[in-house]
Amino acid sequence: MKNPFEQLDKVLEHRARLQIMSVLVSNQSYDFNSLKELLGVTDGNLASHIKALEREKYISVNKSFVDRKPNTKYKITDKGRQAFRKHLDALEAVVRKQRL
Amino acid sequence: MKEIPEYEKDLASIRTMMERSAKFISLSGLSGILAGVYALVGAAVAYRLVYYPQSPFAYRIETVQELSTLTKLIITAACVLVASLGTGLWLSHRKARKHSMNLWNPTTKTLLINLAIPLVTGGLFILILLQNGHYGIAAPACLIFYGLALINASANLYDEVRYLGYSEIVLGLVAAYLAGFGLLFWALGFGVLHIIYGAVMYYRYDK
Repeated sequence: MKNPFEQLDKVLEHRARLQIMSVLVSNQSYDFNSLKELLGVTDGNLASHIKALEREKYISVNKSFVDRKPNTKYKITDKGRQAFRKHLDALEAVVRKQRL
Repeated sequence: MKEIPEYEKDLASIRTMMERSAKFISLSGLSGILAGVYALVGAAVAYRLVYYPQSPFAYRIETVQELSTLTKLIITAACVLVASLGTGLWLSHRKARKHSMNLWNPTTKTLLINLAIPLVTGGLFILILLQNGHYGIAAPACLIFYGLALINASANLYDEVRYLGYSEIVLGLVAAYLAGFGLLFWALGFGVLHIIYGAVMYYRYDK
């Protein structure tokens, strides 16, 4: 069997990024402020993790204005969904291997 | 490389994030219980208006004809609805604040839209029924459309709500068949069922 540790996605090793992806797989889209509140992180922190996920094209960004206030929405991409699933499988394999 | 317990924590945090983001966890079981109590009070008022001195368990053949009684019934139903919604909103707001979360988020928005579609459709349909004098079928229609609304919104709610939806639909269909027991079924569906499911939810999630 392949070493499950090698299957882990380096980008998703940060827990905050994993959490962002978890929210986006289970919702059509989510906006910046709601994400911030849910994760309990600061603006800057969230922004940097989002940038990392965006760079990998794991999430897509849609900027618009609601009542002249910026409203940024994020969606998971097909690539992101695949990466998330693969990372999840690897995580399970790692934990299972430990228990044997 | 991280330690194994860290990976376990990763898995656990995925689960909580998915649940917390997709489910409207601020809904309190207490709202269900209180909505049920209001419905029973409303049903008692309706009973005084319509049935009295007949037994509430008797089958009613004649329907309400006087406009004044009908108006009073609609006002009673509207009061029950407003009180239930108000209490639900207040308790949810309180629970959200306790978890230091905002009540208004993308999940709440989806939830409200999904609830509103069958509810508004049902409400308009019932008004048309009433206008055409089909009074007997109004109470069953309330139950059926309410059940459909709950099922439609159940993806964002705790599982109990979906079962409540199924129960309301079954009860509504039986009530449509036995239209003379309309008020009794209405009290069962909006009163007793809300109290039962509310209590279950309160016991499971609010304690």
